[in-house]
Amino acid sequence: MSTDAQTVTLELRGVSKSFGSVEALHEVDFEVRDGEVMALVGDNGAGKSTLIKCVAGINSIDDGEILFEGKRVSIHGPKDAAKLGIEVVYQDLALADNLDVVQNMYLGREEHDFLFRLKESPMEQKTAETLASLSVTTIRSVRQPVATLSGGQRQSVAVARAVMWNNRVVFLDEPTAALGVAQTRQVLALVRRLAEQGIAVVLVSHNLVDVFEVADRITVLRLGRNIGVYERDKTNEQEIVQAITFGAAHEETEVAT
Amino acid sequence: MQAAATEDAGLGAILRARWEAFKGGDVGSLPVIFGIVAITIFFTSKSNIFFTAVNFSNLIGQMAGTTVIALGIVFVLLIGEIDLSVGYVSGLASVVVAEMQLPGSSHDYPGLIAIGLAVLTGAVFGGIQGSVIAFIGVPSFIVTLSGLLIAEGLIIKIISNQGSIAIQDQQINDIANYILTKNTGWIIAIVFTVGLALASFGTYFSRRRAGLPTGNLVITIVRVVFYGGLAFAGVAVCNHDRGVPLVGLIVLAVVVLGSYLAGRTTFGRHVYAVGGNAEAARRAGINVKLIRILCFVISGAMAGLGGIIFASRLNGVDQTFGGGTLLLDAISAAVIGGVSLFGGRGRVSGALFGGLIIGMISNGTDLIGSADWVKYVTTGGILLAAVTLDTLARRRQAAAGR
Repeated sequence: MSTDAQTVTLELRGVSKSFGSVEALHEVDFEVRDGEVMALVGDNGAGKSTLIKCVAGINSIDDGEILFEGKRVSIHGPKDAAKLGIEVVYQDLALADNLDVVQNMYLGREEHDFLFRLKESPMEQKTAETLASLSVTTIRSVRQPVATLSGGQRQSVAVARAVMWNNRVVFLDEPTAALGVAQTRQVLALVRRLAEQGIAVVLVSHNLVDVFEVADRITVLRLGRNIGVYERDKTNEQEIVQAITFGAAHEETEVAT
Repeated sequence: MQAAATEDAGLGAILRARWEAFKGGDVGSLPVIFGIVAITIFFTSKSNIFFTAVNFSNLIGQMAGTTVIALGIVFVLLIGEIDLSVGYVSGLASVVVAEMQLPGSSHDYPGLIAIGLAVLTGAVFGGIQGSVIAFIGVPSFIVTLSGLLIAEGLIIKIISNQGSIAIQDQQINDIANYILTKNTGWIIAIVFTVGLALASFGTYFSRRRAGLPTGNLVITIVRVVFYGGLAFAGVAVCNHDRGVPLVGLIVLAVVVLGSYLAGRTTFGRHVYAVGGNAEAARRAGINVKLIRILCFVISGAMAGLGGIIFASRLNGVDQTFGGGTLLLDAISAAVIGGVSLFGGRGRVSGALFGGLIIGMISNGTDLIGSADWVKYVTTGGILLAAVTLDTLARRRQAAAGR
């Protein structure tokens, strides 16, 4: 994947966020480009979740700016983020178990006529198409309740939901955390396919094996600061572990591109 | 499409799939159907009045109020909350409807306006409770328990001077007592069946045109014939007596409307989503608070309508209205009808079947002259069985997921 020629889709400049006296993010810079998988790694409490929540509109930022395709934007709620085309797939998936796959894919965005009658047929068609385009073939029927799906299938549904709405940036929060080996394979392949469709993908993960398998670049956060951005091909696991636990090897302020 | 191949397969495959779902914890409407049949057989063997046209008309009148209230509760249960206030809110609405038609007072309104005001009272009461629950986050159990007491207090306050109010307004009394002409009854059965057929086959053919799995046409036909047949049989039995009671039509209309709202509209979809996973619904951009409030508004309004039916049936109200076993009967009806107490699962039509079971037990025990304790113990036992079934179904479903 060549990343240099592509445009920066989402950029954070000097973003800070405090909760009371705790500074969760301190002047963090972050960027992700079209069609790349950017991994976001760091120990517990490094600020990964806070960063996601700021971009998703769940938390507002105290300082700094967010740029979308080079233009400064303000995100005050989940709706703002959705309007820009930023979608977050949360760790706990945020699927409703009692609803079926179609209903979950369209949750909150149902197609309806002027009487608020649901248009089931087009929604079902589009769902089947989206799953097929992502090569999600293990789901037998899109009309089965999500409760009956396996962990990997549920993750696939959650990810597919994120891409169905022509989203530009998709955040995946620990997508493989609870999955077995085969299912992890499936989901990682799915992550790669998202990027191939031109979407900017941010993969938040603890699992460096996964990260090195699919990411193009890696951003390391530590104690609310950006330690550095590493290209996957020019680094190794040791360097990343070093950065996660002790900060950058040479200079605290290193900002790579 | 792979799914289409399996779903459009023959009846055998569908029955097998149904059996798999059954084993997976989705028992569907089987327990309810079984219950209705068993109760019918039992009371028919004990009383020669139970299985008669007169008693059937009577049963419709007896179960109508409870069923309508239960239908409102279904919406509250679907979002995983509870409404304990419906009993006395229905009592309050019946007092309001009686007050608002009171001849010789300053508020001697026509019956329909009094009815509207009473339903509105229930809706506002529910709306206030829902707002406290949604905005402040007080558990619905406590809020509606307070609501229960407040409504009871209001009833006593309004009615304490007279002790009871007689209803002389014809429109209000007609609600529970008017009998439709026999031809009107047949027309209702025809309209219901045609409507059901249009909806079912419309769905079938629009899905086929769209190239989606349609399910088996035979099953669709059987369903339409079954429910259409039930409608015609019901009308035939009523017409054998005096005719279909208007209140039966009201119950049917409310059930059809409620089912439509819950099953076919975005609002209904969001109700199920909030009940299934409120956090997921919130992140999906659904206004969870609004959905919560609206469900309590529906519950309050339906309690109001139920109260009007009771008042109309007795041509008046007194201080005891809304008390007794009404609240528990209504909640039991919803739960026996297959609506989960844990939220997100169940159908609006469950209220009708649950209400029917509760009504049949009450009616039957009265007929065979058993003591009140028998009625309570039986109803309690059936409720316990229904909740146990729901809990087991949930466990099995969770187990089948992994």
